[in-house]
Amino acid sequence: MNASAGTKDWYAGRFTQFEEGLNGASQTPLHALRRRGFAAFAAQGFPTTAEEEWRFTSVAPLAATHFHPVLAYAASGFAEPDLRPWSLTGTGGIVLVFINGHFSSGLSSIPPGSPGVSVGSLGAALAHDPALALRYLSPERRGGDAFTSLNTAFLLDGAFVRVGDGVTLDAPVHILSLASSGDTPLLVQPRHLIIAGNGARLSVVETYGGKGPGLYLTNAVTEIFVGEGGAVEHDKLQMENLSSFHVGTTMVSLGGEASFTSNAINFGGAIVRNNVNALFEGERAECTLNGLSVATGMQHVDNHTVIDHAKAHCQSHELYKAVLDGSARGVFNGKIFVREDAQKTDAKQTNKTLLLSDEATIDTKPQLEIFADDVKCTHGATVGQLDEEQVFYLRARGIGQTEARDLLTFAFATDVINRVHVDALREKLDALLHARLRQGRVNMET
Amino acid sequence: MSLLEVRNLHAGVQGNAILEGINLRVEKGEIHAIMGPNGSGKSTLAGVLAGREAYVVTEGEVLYQGKDLLGLAPEERAREGIFLAFQYPVEIPGVTNMYFLKAALNAIRKHRSMEELDAMEFLSLVKEKMKVIDFDQSLLNRPVNEGFSGGEKKRNEIFQMAVLDPTLAILDETDSGLDIDALRIVAEGVNKLRSPENAVVVVTHYQRLLNYIVPDFVHVLIDGRIVKSGGKELALVLEEKGYDWIRGESGAVTADAQEAGSK
Repeated sequence: MNASAGTKDWYAGRFTQFEEGLNGASQTPLHALRRRGFAAFAAQGFPTTAEEEWRFTSVAPLAATHFHPVLAYAASGFAEPDLRPWSLTGTGGIVLVFINGHFSSGLSSIPPGSPGVSVGSLGAALAHDPALALRYLSPERRGGDAFTSLNTAFLLDGAFVRVGDGVTLDAPVHILSLASSGDTPLLVQPRHLIIAGNGARLSVVETYGGKGPGLYLTNAVTEIFVGEGGAVEHDKLQMENLSSFHVGTTMVSLGGEASFTSNAINFGGAIVRNNVNALFEGERAECTLNGLSVATGMQHVDNHTVIDHAKAHCQSHELYKAVLDGSARGVFNGKIFVREDAQKTDAKQTNKTLLLSDEATIDTKPQLEIFADDVKCTHGATVGQLDEEQVFYLRARGIGQTEARDLLTFAFATDVINRVHVDALREKLDALLHARLRQGRVNMET
Repeated sequence: MSLLEVRNLHAGVQGNAILEGINLRVEKGEIHAIMGPNGSGKSTLAGVLAGREAYVVTEGEVLYQGKDLLGLAPEERAREGIFLAFQYPVEIPGVTNMYFLKAALNAIRKHRSMEELDAMEFLSLVKEKMKVIDFDQSLLNRPVNEGFSGGEKKRNEIFQMAVLDPTLAILDETDSGLDIDALRIVAEGVNKLRSPENAVVVVTHYQRLLNYIVPDFVHVLIDGRIVKSGGKELALVLEEKGYDWIRGESGAVTADAQEAGSK
């Protein structure tokens, strides 16, 4: 199609421009990876709704816009006060700030180093140790799509977090990605790499937000490696501005007896697609994927998860909830693979959606592909309105009609927030949720 | 002025008449029992008084403290001092008992132009009221009724009643599903909450609750009408002779009611 060809030509032109600016750096292993990424993107193009994985989510508005990849750091008018609404007070942890996908050392806060912990800019880490790229950054092998390929093609910067064997990081690492577009729509593509050694423990919080109403596309990729017996909590708060697009892909590998928890919270964005792909690479590991999407107006929020039980004796738990109002549209697609050798797998998936309006819709699709015989896999999905008997019970005790509705909606949603173990984030999320649930509706303009 | 005055109340659900002309007067300080067989309209009466929207009032009126009750929303009735103890208390996952009760109490206080209680004041009130009903503190921080046993749910209703301190409490089959020990605890709670300033309407199928909550008046509801009223001894006669005795004694009334119901 013309539009598709036009889109590819546009990004091909941007890629050539990018390469020309690299000079000698175009011979590095990293750049070979980028080239592979661009070739994969050019071969696929942006997905259409004809593809099964994108049946319910049209990215046509996004493919029709010529976004400009951001190739270098610029402060873009961001200063310290812009960070305050996003800050997680009292954690005393590391804060890595990215402006339009590029590390800002001035705005970041990295307390004096502790042994076994390296954090900072991925761009800097790759410059220091080019072999990192070959060792860890290879999304294609784990089912990356056109968006991950596009991210790889322009891979420049993002967060780098490595915690050595047996090291516990008490305070969370906060990765704050802020975007700002003027008249030129920007393509913001942070690439985060998080490596937890054997027995290492840490929490990472990713937040995404925009300044001003300008249109941009965040296309973020996060790769997480959890070593044997390691434990990682990954919390993500997506609050892009309401005209912009967010595609986020989180890819996780779990070693034996590792534990990983993802809490993906979505409040913002016009069209949002989140992919969380987890792969068990060792036995007796545990993976928990939780999600909450609160949307209204014309927002479209698509959550795709894949849990690949490639090894035996692993457990996965999944709870995705959505509160949809206005003409918002939700999608949940939860795939669970249980490979032939993955005996004694225990997988549970739940998707619950609360619709506050007649126009809001959800497409929910559990997908279990089980090739082993001694396993326990359950899934369930519910879609509905508030329970009127619960509403009456609250009213019969003196609580007003709309307060009762807000309270019940809040309770439904905060069930996911309660699973966040980073106290400062959980409190922030509760406050954000409270602000959004008013008069029995979802309000995004707060 | 009576606390509650029900005049010729007709009500039904989805076009089916259930109440066919209820008259009832309740004064402060009184306990009234409304007894009747299954399907007689007892829970409908309780529901209409509390403001359940499924019920449609087709005739008659209800005055509460001299004012029209039926025009008020359920929450307004609660704020004016009406409390319905549910036959089937509802589970509310994600909302703790404490949070729920504080929201309810403060909504009521706000309506009465009283200052809202802060967390500390509320906690001390709750601790005091817990003693009334021997309520387990661990249930306070659990979601409302979620995973509670039948007895715990009913006890929670009376605990809420203790905290909200209603002027008119309507207990809808609070005895159903309770063993004798739980029944006694619930009844003792209600008795402790009695005062010359409030009234209780006990809706029940069986007489046994009335051994513990002794009513001043007993009304027998059959086929949507109060067919007989008397003192506490009426409950004992009913226990002995059954509802058929009343049906036989007031056969004409019952026949009328059936005729009206079939229209």
